[in-house]
Amino acid sequence: MTSGADAVLAGVAVTNFWLLGASRLGHSIRVTAAQGILLGFLPLLAAGADGGALSLRVLALVAASVLLKGLLFPRLLFRGIREASIRREIEPYVGFTTSLVLGLVLLAVSLGIGTRLPLPHRPVSTLAVPIALFTMLSGLFLIVSRRKALTQVLGYLVLEDGIYAFGVLAVGEIPLLVEFGVLLDAFVAVFAMGIAIHRIHREFDHIDADRLKVLRG
Amino acid sequence: MTLLLVALAILGASGVAALAAGRRPRLATALGAGGTALACGLGLFPAAAALAGGPPEHVRAAWDMPYGSLDLELDALSAFFLLPIFLLGGLAAVYGAGYLRPHAGRRNLGLSWLFYDALVGSLVLVVLARNGVLFLLAWEAMALSSFFLVTFEDHREEVREAGWTYLVATHLGTAFLLALFLLLGREAGSLDFRDFGAHGPPAHAGALFLLAVVGFGAKAGFLPLHVWLPEAHPAAPSHVSALLSGVMIKTGIYGLARTLTWLGPPPAWWGWLLVGVGLSSGILGVLFALAQHDLKRLLAYHSVENIGIITLGLGVGVLGLASGAPLVAALGFAGGLLHVLNHALFKGLLFLGAGAVLHATGTREMDRLGGLFRRMPRTGTSFLVGAAAISGLPPLNGFASEFLIFLGALTGALSLPLAGATTCLAALAGLALIGGLAAACFTKAFGAVFLGEPRTGETAGARDPGPAMGIPMAVLAAACIVVGLLAPAGAGAIGSAVAALVPGAHGLPEHVQTGCAALSAATAVGGVFLAAAAGVALLRRAVLRGRPVASSVTWDCGYARPTARMQYTSSSFAAPLVEMFRGLLRTRLRLEATAGRFPGRASLATETPDVCREGLFAPAFRGVARLLGSLRWLQQGSVHVYVLYIAATLVALLVWRLA
Repeated sequence: MTSGADAVLAGVAVTNFWLLGASRLGHSIRVTAAQGILLGFLPLLAAGADGGALSLRVLALVAASVLLKGLLFPRLLFRGIREASIRREIEPYVGFTTSLVLGLVLLAVSLGIGTRLPLPHRPVSTLAVPIALFTMLSGLFLIVSRRKALTQVLGYLVLEDGIYAFGVLAVGEIPLLVEFGVLLDAFVAVFAMGIAIHRIHREFDHIDADRLKVLRG
Repeated sequence: MTLLLVALAILGASGVAALAAGRRPRLATALGAGGTALACGLGLFPAAAALAGGPPEHVRAAWDMPYGSLDLELDALSAFFLLPIFLLGGLAAVYGAGYLRPHAGRRNLGLSWLFYDALVGSLVLVVLARNGVLFLLAWEAMALSSFFLVTFEDHREEVREAGWTYLVATHLGTAFLLALFLLLGREAGSLDFRDFGAHGPPAHAGALFLLAVVGFGAKAGFLPLHVWLPEAHPAAPSHVSALLSGVMIKTGIYGLARTLTWLGPPPAWWGWLLVGVGLSSGILGVLFALAQHDLKRLLAYHSVENIGIITLGLGVGVLGLASGAPLVAALGFAGGLLHVLNHALFKGLLFLGAGAVLHATGTREMDRLGGLFRRMPRTGTSFLVGAAAISGLPPLNGFASEFLIFLGALTGALSLPLAGATTCLAALAGLALIGGLAAACFTKAFGAVFLGEPRTGETAGARDPGPAMGIPMAVLAAACIVVGLLAPAGAGAIGSAVAALVPGAHGLPEHVQTGCAALSAATAVGGVFLAAAAGVALLRRAVLRGRPVASSVTWDCGYARPTARMQYTSSSFAAPLVEMFRGLLRTRLRLEATAGRFPGRASLATETPDVCREGLFAPAFRGVARLLGSLRWLQQGSVHVYVLYIAATLVALLVWRLA
């Protein structure tokens, strides 16, 4: 089953690059959702690789994360776009080509670091740690390099995906409570940011996070 | 000990109950003040029992905290500090119930009572704790709860400013204490107090002593660490000022005294240092008090002065120990400890009196008050008792403790070798100077506020406060007199506290007894004098009975149209003394002098900012701010850049550790 996990991980890496190069907001939301669904099925593969039975716990986790990331989040985000009537264009600080090149650099760094990270036990796949790191770094990069508050939400979601992948594949036995806790965190974050974006839009007539500078001390 | 734990539980429960009743101020006040008064009343019994010679009681429970243990002990030294905590804590709570009434509905009184209970509870824990972690936690709880109490009226700019000053000062002090306890714990192998110094005196006792002087001195208000006192005490509500000044700053003295028990036999220079600190705090404290116009600020500077007197007592005691003169040691320590209790009584009383004046007139400016004695006779009388006590007049309680220190210093000056004798002589002279200046200062304060004619309209309509505020003041005034008269008889209680302070030394309680015998003679003379004065007053009344007695305005020296502005103001009364010490005080003067044959408007304004604050801390903090200001470019105000910082740090750390 390792090959299955590897395939999923490769898919996640592809979605990361896709996000770095995407120029349309709606498109980015869909790709993020796809990434979420892909990762949502990872616990199934990981459990299979361990040779253990598919417990109820794993199934519940898969169902919850697929539902949240694949359906609920995109819906909330699309609603955010509609209500705030945002221009459906991503306004990057760093151009798309440069983003892709930097993405390659991030992947190289992740591969370099990921293979050396000491772990309590061997991960399911050798790709697991590097890809998880790459996903986290891509998320951070998206947050830093995109102008709109909504794209920052996407960035946080990608970051969370990376943490999730790391947890499922590399650490293995995360207690259920923690896994659900992470999911809940992401849910609340998206929800809160959706509301915040709506409010900011009503107050300032734009949602560009870079123009919030006037609030600094 | 069980009663003490019950008292702590009641404090906690009443605080939480008051918070829950926050929307109904009357109920919150009843719960908060009533619970505190009940707990404090209960707590007095075990404290008194321990002082009367009961054996030390001990409670110990396991705790999950690393290096921590729930270790409480009630020995004579703790009991001696518990006495003012419970006495003043309870009385100030009753007073606060009346004092906070005008704020009902506008501020959350439930919250205020919660912090009040937290403060009293943490004070009790500080003196009972026998473990470093527990002590520091209680210490921090005390600092935080008092911070929130000080900033009760946080809509006023100067109150917020005072709160910050206090918070910074107290945490700087705690930093030194942290170092002190870590060093002590490293040597002892645990943070339990009973292990400190258990295997002989620690290696760097001198350094530890210095850490304790700075760390505990910041709380006690040693010069130049006193800068928070004149800011925080006036800003706080008056019952809180009374508790802060009367009790909380004494935890600094308690900490220092407790530290002395771990450090083994002291060298002479510790005594010199303490006497020096005591002299500078005492003299400069009273001088700055003289130059103030704000009644509560004046009282706050007197706290610095009295902490100086207490430290002088401790210094003389340490000097006596170092030179092997147990009589000097016993008298110094006994005087210092007794002054802790006495200062709590009279300073609590004075702050409550100042609060009553503020409550009735709405101002703390002495030059806007005046003539209050006839309008607020009960407040005036108790303030007068407090003022006489703080000036050290016999036979009140302030005299008793200062007399013991005097006696100790005198014995030291006569019997110790040259260096010690000189130090004792300096203490003697300094104490005399402090006493004289304090008497002058309180003549000024009492005269400007209570005597003469009202200077403003709001003063003219002032009335005595209700019983909730009046009774605590009366009780404290009575306590000042009773403690003064009974101090000679209380030698046993003081002796057991001194014995707990110097473990291993024999015969100290007997020496305290000797000192108290001398004190009783002096008190008797004072009592006789007071009785004679009362006799003369009675005689006057008898002689004047049946004859016409007319009373006239105070300022009627043949002026056609006397006004209240012709009176001495507090500034003009203090001017000669302030002028004499101009070099130290650096009073700023703005004078618009009269000119010409028919002079028009003229004005004079003086202001005496704190020299240490202006000359020492302000430049230091400005320097720190400038240094940190050079990092200002990091604050871009953009979320993107902040996340970039985090990401860059993360990657850098990963690469550094793994590549």
